[in-house]
Amino acid sequence: MREKAIYVLGILGTALLVLNFYRIFLVIPIDALQGAIYRIIFIHVPAAITADAFYAVAVIASIAFLIRKNFAWDSLAVSAVEVGTMFTLVNLATGSIWGRVEWGIWWAWDARMTSQLMLFLLYLGYLLLRPAVTEPTQRATMSAILAIFAFADIPIVTMAIRLHNVRTQHPGPVLETGGLAPVYWPPFLTGIAVFLLLGSAMVLVRLHQESSRREIDSLRREIHAI
Amino acid sequence: MNGLAAAFAIARKDLRTEWRTKESLNASVSFAIVILVLFSFAFDLDREERLAISGGLLWLVYAFAGALIVNRSFARELPNDCLDILIASPAPPWAVFIGKAAACFFLLLLVELISLPVFGLFYNIRWIGSFFSLLLVIALATWGITVVGTAFSAVTVNVRLRELMLPVLLYPLLIPLLIGAMELTTGLLNGNAVLSDIRLLIVFDVVYTSLAIMLIEFILVI
Repeated sequence: MREKAIYVLGILGTALLVLNFYRIFLVIPIDALQGAIYRIIFIHVPAAITADAFYAVAVIASIAFLIRKNFAWDSLAVSAVEVGTMFTLVNLATGSIWGRVEWGIWWAWDARMTSQLMLFLLYLGYLLLRPAVTEPTQRATMSAILAIFAFADIPIVTMAIRLHNVRTQHPGPVLETGGLAPVYWPPFLTGIAVFLLLGSAMVLVRLHQESSRREIDSLRREIHAI
Repeated sequence: MNGLAAAFAIARKDLRTEWRTKESLNASVSFAIVILVLFSFAFDLDREERLAISGGLLWLVYAFAGALIVNRSFARELPNDCLDILIASPAPPWAVFIGKAAACFFLLLLVELISLPVFGLFYNIRWIGSFFSLLLVIALATWGITVVGTAFSAVTVNVRLRELMLPVLLYPLLIPLLIGAMELTTGLLNGNAVLSDIRLLIVFDVVYTSLAIMLIEFILVI
């Protein structure tokens, strides 16, 4: 059942990705101000939105673990954090490439860039903590607590960075203000759908690995007991 | 047992043990001074530049010293299984946490108040004029550092490489707090602070104090 779901999500995501790339590169017109590089927005912004969605899943799974003490929730949390961190990296990398072309520099300490980088570092800490703890219950509880602390930090980081640096060269918000031209909406929304589908497939693969790992762990313990 | 009385007793016990040995106090004061000296070699600055980086410099030193202080908070209870006894005691978990955090707060505050004049002296920065507003910023940010730090000191107490893991987890979380404290301190030392920015420190303190109190029960039993 799970394997089928992985295949369905993966194939659907890849097919949509190909379709979306066709639309991004060959159908929609070049931006008057930015030239061809603006097309990166259809990767850049969906990656950030997908990452946030997976972080939200991780924090919910973490709270669920603390309440239920069921290791399936811990596996979901770590899988979601891993995939979310990867999408944050995609977001940072594509943003950096765009910055090199548009601004001439790879990195500016702009509000949104900095907050994404902080997010990346926070969850990197989460992934570093896990291998340092050997006892499974301890590891799961610690990671759950860290995931909750990290998630609470996100709005405060945004608040802090706005205070630190209001000047920015980063393009202003176009989604909330309705500034995105109608022709750009389909590839943009498809971009989000693609990443959510592929990300979910990856989370399912990771869940499978985690449950095998737990099984191996318990078998090893049994052998030690004998 | 009344929770607040228990918290008070634990804070008093921690401060008394620390006062008898002064191990983390001595270590972090001398560490803070070494960092201040190192920074003066790292950057060759004129007066304006010194003023411009003053807040950032001061808070980096405080953050480093803070990690040293909170690292010992729960680790101190490991020998003789004191931690287990503390958890088994009638004191509620939040009282254990608040007591320990308060003890760290006073220790770190002491370290900061000792290194502030040294900082002023080495870098030729006048801080006495804005001392009371500076004290407010220092107190709020120090509470933020100690509340998150003590929580993570409890989380990492049984982890291998504890001394390494704590800063790796702690500093990214503290970034917004440190940004706020640095901005405010630089502003105060330059005489152009926007005191309403203090909201950020208050929000951070309130959010993390309540989160830590809510989660401490899970943290202490692991």
